[in-house]
Amino acid sequence: MWRVGTVVALHDETATARTTTLEVPDWPDHVAGQHVDLRLTATDGYSAVRSYSIASAPNPQRRIELTIERLPNGEVSPYLTQELAVGDRLELRGPIGGWFVWRTQQTEPIQLIAGGSGIVPLMAMIRSRASAGSIAPFRLLYSLREPAAIFYRDELQALSDHDHSVGVSYAYTRTAPKDWPRPPGRIDAALIANATWPSKLVPTCYVCGPTSFVEGATDLLMASGNGRDRIRTERFGPTGDRK
Amino acid sequence: MSSHTYDYLDGNAAAGELSKIFAQDLTTAEGQCAHCGARKRFAEAHVYMQSPGVVARCAVCQNVLLRVVSVRQRVFLDLRGMTYLNLDTAHVQPSVFAQPDS
Repeated sequence: MWRVGTVVALHDETATARTTTLEVPDWPDHVAGQHVDLRLTATDGYSAVRSYSIASAPNPQRRIELTIERLPNGEVSPYLTQELAVGDRLELRGPIGGWFVWRTQQTEPIQLIAGGSGIVPLMAMIRSRASAGSIAPFRLLYSLREPAAIFYRDELQALSDHDHSVGVSYAYTRTAPKDWPRPPGRIDAALIANATWPSKLVPTCYVCGPTSFVEGATDLLMASGNGRDRIRTERFGPTGDRK
Repeated sequence: MSSHTYDYLDGNAAAGELSKIFAQDLTTAEGQCAHCGARKRFAEAHVYMQSPGVVARCAVCQNVLLRVVSVRQRVFLDLRGMTYLNLDTAHVQPSVFAQPDS
């Protein structure tokens, strides 16, 4: 079922990623981690469908936020991140997916691992935790190319400063800030050991990012003692403009 | 370690397309692979979206579990690769007339 959303706000997260807020009058509440499909149709009838994770927590205003990374050769993301304006209308389908979700009733420790724009559905979980007043212990390990690529920088900073039950760790793959203790590189066993919940606490793990990142992080989590049944994944790849 | 081409996504990625056919969310459904017998959530399947349709493969043995191809106004669905699909109805909205369990 396709719904119509109206763009009510736009906000740049980085030089290449923009958050679009849509108001969807008949929106049923979503669960953190779910995504929507957007359908764009050209005047000649050609249409393209792409999936984007929801970044926002459920809210009474029936608004959803999508943070979309612009891919240089993308068919859809350049339009969504550069052309789309407040007041424009978009067709969307969703909320979609009941597996890669965090429900506010969950009380166990939560380990979030994001690769690049894989932060988006995990941010919805963090925001949903805050808006529901949950005290579930959360940790986020956020791997990205460089400091300038961080999404939701100030909000994450505030969370890690003021609410110690959400621990935020950054890992940089290409360029790290000056004096950063860890040289740039992909996440590894030492980082998993230092920055994630010990497996004996039996955390539920949510891993989102490009497919190769998700494979690597999942293998590392399992090697450190986490069961496969405690790890939920969301991959995105070159097959679409995902996220 | 061998080098992989990571050209697949999760069952999640096909959920929107499958919502054209199934009234319920398939990502939480447990399916049994007809080839190796593995029982997994559909969300854990490897999904290939580049083809003219959607192909879902078993994450354990790579057997094709499901194929969906849309051609003009028709959808072809092939489910031979699964022995069964076990759908979770816990989050389906109950009737407003249903009596709560006591």
